[in-house]
Order: sequence, then structure tokens, then C-alpha cells
Amino acid sequence: MAEVHVRDVSRSFGEHKALDRISIDFPDGGFYGLLGPSGSGKTTLLRLIAGFDFPSRGSISIGGESVERVPVERRRIGMMFQNYALFPNMSVADNVAFGLSVRGDSKSSIAAEVERVLDLVQLKGLGGRRPHQLSGGQRQRVALARAIVTKPRVLLLDEPLSALDKALRVDMQIELKRIQREIGITTIFVTHDQEEALTMSDRIGILRDGRLVQEGPPEEIYDRPGSEFAATFLGDANILRGKRCESGISLAGGAQILAGNGTGGPAEGDAICAVRPERISIAAAGSLPPSGRNALQGRVVRRVFAGNSSTYFVERDGQVLKVLVQNRDGERLAEGQDVWLSWSPESTVMIGSP
Amino acid sequence: MGRTRILEALGRLYVGLLLAFLYVPILIMALMSFNASPFYQLPFDWTTTWYSDLAGNGRIIGATWNSVRIAVLTTLVATVLGTAASLALFRYEFRGKQLLKALLFPPIAVPWLITGTAMLIFFFGIGIGRGLHAILLGHVALALPYVIVVVSARLQTFSPELEEAARSLGASQWQVTRRVTLPWIMPGIIAGALFAFAVSFDQFVVSYFLSAPGEATLPVEIYAAIRKGFTPEINAVSTVIIAVSMGLMLLTARFFRFGGEK
Repeated sequence: MAEVHVRDVSRSFGEHKALDRISIDFPDGGFYGLLGPSGSGKTTLLRLIAGFDFPSRGSISIGGESVERVPVERRRIGMMFQNYALFPNMSVADNVAFGLSVRGDSKSSIAAEVERVLDLVQLKGLGGRRPHQLSGGQRQRVALARAIVTKPRVLLLDEPLSALDKALRVDMQIELKRIQREIGITTIFVTHDQEEALTMSDRIGILRDGRLVQEGPPEEIYDRPGSEFAATFLGDANILRGKRCESGISLAGGAQILAGNGTGGPAEGDAICAVRPERISIAAAGSLPPSGRNALQGRVVRRVFAGNSSTYFVERDGQVLKVLVQNRDGERLAEGQDVWLSWSPESTVMIGSP
Repeated sequence: MGRTRILEALGRLYVGLLLAFLYVPILIMALMSFNASPFYQLPFDWTTTWYSDLAGNGRIIGATWNSVRIAVLTTLVATVLGTAASLALFRYEFRGKQLLKALLFPPIAVPWLITGTAMLIFFFGIGIGRGLHAILLGHVALALPYVIVVVSARLQTFSPELEEAARSLGASQWQVTRRVTLPWIMPGIIAGALFAFAVSFDQFVVSYFLSAPGEATLPVEIYAAIRKGFTPEINAVSTVIIAVSMGLMLLTARFFRFGGEK
């Protein structure tokens, strides 16, 4: 397989800078998730790596070979498309065989390879079907089989699961990950679905407006977002604004918030920190707030029940904070009730930039 | 209830009249080509004289072969060029593309009389002159927009992602075209080819202007024959042409489901 390096890559369309000096190392055999809202440039970057498009500047290498001027058909990549892009005029087996057949492999070796890969994606015996006779999940598997049968150096996935319904998508996430591990192929995955990025990736890169905002393992980015954008785009976050003080920030009302996590942030002046909704405990206001924790008083304005969990919307000094609570035996708080919110300093992340 | 019934009956009547006006004259002509009286007189008296006369008419047979040859060549040239042009318009962005696309339609709308006159003047001006070669050139020019419009319509149902998928699997441009794109647009290409054939085979006006003496196509020859005096041979040959043209059009309808899928 191969590692992929993107160095200082920019791509402009006229005046518009779709990608602005992006540098990312995609490790060999890793599963890398490119995450970003639409228009962030993640698909543009994937297409540059694939070779459908060429960078305005910068370099791209696959397995040590510089490829930024090599067209897609000579890059030895495998790609899965958003709508599968199966050839409608060919059977499943012919779809999978396509890449082998255009490079002139012998009939017998093609047949053996096709069988092996269809087996790997658990589509044994469906080689004779036409794409339109398959379910969404099966088409997905055919597209994957077709992309990996040529033993490409890197597998590129362009939101391949977005056309599936929720339950099937979760199944396919697991399946895709299993197959990726089994063949150990370097995989780059574009998605706008943060949950999907978190579950599947070994590393995540968050893109926004053509720039790389933050990069790292999913847990690291989730626990220590470097910006307000990263905090709110990857997962849900409560953002608190105040003035910098020695160990955290002081809010407008005078309350002090200790921030034990994150190194970012200005030394003085306006500063923000982020707290994940599931890190906050909520309790009726009658009791005393637990010591050693950040605590704020507020009033429940809404409670949204979601079966195994509930989200409380708590108003405090004009700001609404979200608190995610697992529904256990304990008391349930009513709308309108005064409450204490508390969380540990370690769950509070100082954030450097907006 | 009563009102919808009446509307339904009116609808049926309308369709009936429409079909009658379209097909009854053709039917009568076809019947008369088998009638012994040269003056459309009844009672109907079955004969195939006119067809055997036709078979012995060297001028008409020669003209028919001219027509067939020109129509086949026009079909080949216009279909290949038109398909290539459609693919180019589909795949690439280039300066003046929209203008080029817009310029495809006027030739369909401009009266053939005008096109024919213009071609005659132009061909004389640049030394191409008249004759079967000039007719062929004219027919290709006339048929090309039809092919492009029909093939482009079919391409609208083709996802560019399929070409990208094929390329990502290592297929060259030619392999992509031959193995992925052409199979998908084949119904459109066949429909375009049938259009091209029909435009050429049925063409009178442009052929008339561009034909040299002694080198006529069938419609031109029929016109010349009528001017000398009507003979039921014309009914016979017209019936043959109609049979061929309608057969082609039915084939077209079979392949080209007005942009439909599957």
C-alpha cells in the first residue's frame, strides 16, 4: 500500500480559492476522515488526490511518487462515489471486472479475482445480477469490490454512505471498516457527517473555507478542539465567553470557570471556552453545588426526551446551555425548575480562536 | 358524471379526426397504387401494373439508388460526426459552447427552400457545384443538428460519475467511451441515425436545388415526372417510400422513447 502526502496544495477556480495551502500526511494503511461543511473544499481535495483535477500549486505524492501531474487513470487508486456509479449496462461481475479487464488481465485470472473480492464483500453468487436488481447496501458493496479489486495504492471514498438510510449506514460503516482493516489499504474518506467521521476514522482533518482547521485522532480533536468551529462542528459544544483570568475565564456575572484542558487562548482579554453537553451534571437547585467543580445556576427552559437520553436546555444569564443526560432511575427535572449545572475543570477546554 | 362522459367522447372524436386527417390520404394513395384506373376512378379494380411499370422505369430506379446511397452515406457521416460533437458538448467546457449549442437549432427551423438556395449559391461560389456530392454535403449539414439534438438528449440521462468511475479504474479515454458511454447512449445514436436517414431520404427541396441534370434523387425525379404528367406509377413509388419511411420512424419510436429511461 502507500502513504499519501499533500504539501502546500492550493486550488483556485477563478477568484475563488477552493483550497488554500493544505498540507496533510495520510499514513500508510490508515483510515483518514476529511470532515467539513459543504463548500469547505473536502471534495476538491479528494478529487486532487484522485487525479480528476490538478492543484494550482503544491505537490501530492502517493507511495513516494510525485503524482500531481499524473491523470487519474494512471494513479492506481480506487474510488467509491456518492451514488455508487455502477455501470448500468454491465452485470455485477462485469462491473467488478472492469478495472482488471481494461488493463488486459487474462480471463481466468479476472474471474478468480472477481470471485475472491465478491466473497470479501459478502456478495457471493450475485455476480450475474444487474445493478438495478440490487438493494442500496448491495450496490454499495459492489462499488467497494470494484474499487479494491485492482489492488489500488489508496482507496478514496466520496461520501459513499450518504445515500443509505440510517440503520443500513451504521451496518455499512462497520463493514467498510472491517474490509479496510482486512486488506490494510490507505483510505481517505470525505464526509460531512461528524458522527460517521468519529466512528470510522483513525485520524480526522477538519476543513473550512479551503483551509485545514484542525487535524488529529478523533478523540483528541473531540476532547481538545482548537477552535470554536472545531468544537461545534465535531460534536455539540456549549461555548462560554468571558475575560481571561489565571486559571480559566470569568463570566460577565462574575462567576469563575476553571479550564483544565487546552492550551490555547489569549493570555488576557476576551476569551472563550467549550464544554461538551454530556460532561455537565444537572441537579435541582435546592442542594449545594459539588465542590471542586465549575458550577452555574440556571433554569430549565426545555427538556427534549430521546428515549435513552434527554437534553435539557438551561437558561443562564441570557445564554441557553445544553446538557445531555442518560435517562436512568433518578429524578427527572421539570421545565421551569431552577438547577445547578456542574462539570469538572478537565472537561473545560480553553479555545484559542473562534 | 354526464359531463366527463361528454368530454371523454369529444376527446375520442378529436383523436379519431386527427388520425383520419393524417392517415386517410396516405391510405387512399396506397390503395390507388393498386387500382387499375389511372384517374382514381372507382370501382376499385386490383392491379399491380403500376408496380411492374415502376420496376421497368430506369430513371426512377436509378434515382431510387441515388437516394438510398446518399441517405446511407449521410446517415453514417452525420451519426459519427454528430455523436462526436454531442460527446464534446457533454464533456468539455470551452469558450463559445453556449453559442455553438444555440446555433444548432436554426438549421432545423430555417425553411429548406432558403437553405437550399443558400447552399446552391455558396457551392457554386466555392467551386463545389452541383451533383450527388453536393447533395451529400447538403444532406449531412441538414441531418447533423438532428443527430446532435437526439444524442445530446440521451446524454442528459448519463451520469458523468460513470466516466469518472471508469477512469479511476484505469480506463483510457477511448476505453471509457467505448465500454461505458457508447453503450449507454446507443439508443440515442440509433434514433439519431434514423432521423438522419429520414431527413436525407425524404429530402426534396435541397436535393432539387443541388442536383445536376441526369443525377436526381428519387423525390426530385418524382417531381419531374409529375410535371410531365401524372401517372399512377407515382402512387406506387410514393407508397414504397412511405412504407420505408414509416418503418424507419416506427423503429425510431421503438429506440427513442422521447427521453425516457430503461
